[in-house]
Amino acid sequence: MESVEHEDTKANAPSVIDRYYTRWYRADMKGKPCEDHCILQHSNRICVITLAETHPILQNGRTIKCINYQISNGCSRLKNKVSGKSKRGGQFLTDFAPLCRITCTDETEYTIYSCIRGRLLEVNENILETPNLLLEKPSTEGYIAVILPKFEESKSITENLLNRDEFENIISKRSSAQSQPS
Amino acid sequence: MLPLKEKDKPIIQKLLSAGCCARCILRFCCVSVQAAYRKPPEETLEELQIFINDTKNDKCQDSVALDSTDEYKSKDAAESETSEDPPNKRAKLETSITDAQSEEGAAAVVKLKDGDSRVCVVCLGILQELCGTTQAVKITEAVKAGNYEFDTLVLSVSLPAQLCVREHSCWLHVKKEVREKGLVLNKDDVIQVKEAFKWIMQGMVAKELGGTAVVTKVSPFEVSVEFTHSETDADCHFLAATCPDCFKPTKNKQSVFTRMAVVKALEKIPDGKFLKHYPCPPKQPTSSCSPQEVQCLRVSVFVAGRYNKFCRSLPQTPWVIDGERRMESSVEELIAAPILSAFRADGFNFSSSGREDVDVRTLGNGRPFAMELLNPHKSRFSKEQMKQLQETINQSSDKIKVRDLQIVTREAMSRMKEGEEEKTKSYTALVWTQKPIQREDISFIDDIKDLTLDQKTPLRVLHRRALAVRQRAIHSMSTRFLDSHHFYLRLKTQAGTYIKEFVHGDFGRTNPNLCQLLKTNTDILELDVESVDVDWPPPVPE
Ligand SMILES: [Zn+2]
Repeated sequence: MESVEHEDTKANAPSVIDRYYTRWYRADMKGKPCEDHCILQHSNRICVITLAETHPILQNGRTIKCINYQISNGCSRLKNKVSGKSKRGGQFLTDFAPLCRITCTDETEYTIYSCIRGRLLEVNENILETPNLLLEKPSTEGYIAVILPKFEESKSITENLLNRDEFENIISKRSSAQSQPS
Repeated sequence: MLPLKEKDKPIIQKLLSAGCCARCILRFCCVSVQAAYRKPPEETLEELQIFINDTKNDKCQDSVALDSTDEYKSKDAAESETSEDPPNKRAKLETSITDAQSEEGAAAVVKLKDGDSRVCVVCLGILQELCGTTQAVKITEAVKAGNYEFDTLVLSVSLPAQLCVREHSCWLHVKKEVREKGLVLNKDDVIQVKEAFKWIMQGMVAKELGGTAVVTKVSPFEVSVEFTHSETDADCHFLAATCPDCFKPTKNKQSVFTRMAVVKALEKIPDGKFLKHYPCPPKQPTSSCSPQEVQCLRVSVFVAGRYNKFCRSLPQTPWVIDGERRMESSVEELIAAPILSAFRADGFNFSSSGREDVDVRTLGNGRPFAMELLNPHKSRFSKEQMKQLQETINQSSDKIKVRDLQIVTREAMSRMKEGEEEKTKSYTALVWTQKPIQREDISFIDDIKDLTLDQKTPLRVLHRRALAVRQRAIHSMSTRFLDSHHFYLRLKTQAGTYIKEFVHGDFGRTNPNLCQLLKTNTDILELDVESVDVDWPPPVPE
């Protein structure tokens, strides 16, 4: 349940994400400050990779210049194809496999990583046409990719991730640290 | 008297010395007169002995007599003679064979002396002691214990695969002689062990059951007897080396040496190669086959109907995650339990025209379903009894309700799945909007007709379904305003449309979705199926 002030606009029922997904995080991805990722894990073990609200791309009114799923000369996430119920043929990703690179109009460039081990099911092609989706709805329509962890790893893949409380702790420490010098 | 001819004599001679039982000899002589197999085997053996013996003594006369059909019928004289004076006959036979001085003849003498106690090298006892009243009583007891409802029954026999190897070896042993008997005769003309077994047992079982028809071909009630013979299981093993492609290991089979595979390998193997690896005739076994438990199986009965689901915490089928039960019951179990006990069935397969989520109700006329009842011990139900059964189901729970419960055919069941995609379904959804709305903000939805959606496989089912984009149609929609953040949305859609995803958008993976149409985040709080427009099963008049 949200705070009292929000009761007018929010339904009493939790949102789709609250109902069916667990939020997991990686903070300061690969040591880069504030490059936080969010992993939404569905109760059926499927994971949706999104930018955390705190990611630099979503700060300071940045706009996106381009999103590139071609992560190397030989590998494009757009070429990923899965077939059948068993999702044959999908690229297998490890924790730090890059999913895409996002360049902002201020020429800052960020790499988004898979965060977990699993089979890549799809990437979000809608954000290529409408990059604003990423800025406006980073945790739903602006998702980056969908990954299916191995059945036997569906519990262990989140061991290295932060849960929501741990992540919020880090964020609050981060903001108090930033506010101290000024 | 047995329907045998002059040219059968060398076959009989060879098989007797090889250690074949009397009935197996009849089989290899291609005797297809069922009555011949029903005689006590000791009598048959004696007749065979007399037959070959007489030939030795008086070839011309006997062959003429035996070739005449009339002669078989007026057999009284011959039989009475046999029974009156067997020691004499036997003595005579032994003398005559000794006279013949052939090695085969000498072996036959040995065989004749203790013939009855020896296990047949081909049928491993199946057509000997395993084919008699004791076995018939055992079968009958199993049928009676199951308390089945049936008009006819069919016997089925499962034999150890090595019997085929032994049969083949024996065939090679007398192939020349059988071919000489008749130009067109071949291995297929040899009567199969199974067939002879049934000819003998059918009548016996029918008698034990007090006159129930035991039929040869088709009956909904099948009683199976299985025999194994571990002593000779290794008989087949050489085939794996000679014909490896016939014996590919399969997951669910205990042994690669299935009857089918062995038969296939025997068809392929050249005679010379077979004879190099396997004795011809087969070796004498020390024991008979072991009869396994008698299995009774009544063919499935199919029951169909329509169900309502009034509960938002009831899955359609048992819900198990990580081996743990999530909800205490399910639609399937609530319907199946009374039906299973009424039909006294061993199990069931449940299917339905689509399915609803655990939190979705199914109202209106309900959703068509059908159940296959496995091995039902009771299968005859009047319309009145079916109505009673429906009533029992409906009394047992207020979470579900069943109507139009009836017995259907297997073929009719396919009508439920037929054209499922083309059928329409109606739903009511309770929708929440993030932005406050007024009546007129949503009224435009009522005018939308035949809206085509591109639906990517919803994330909530993507773990078990293939990823695809499917086009689905919403034929019409109507709205009922509730308050500034809620309204009811009625939809009539093509079957297979995911309603929840249409409302919340599924991360933009359903296009268009209600969020886009209303330009605000929307979510679905409740969903009811109002109708499943499949015109099967037919309504049962009250
Ligand atoms: Zn036999």
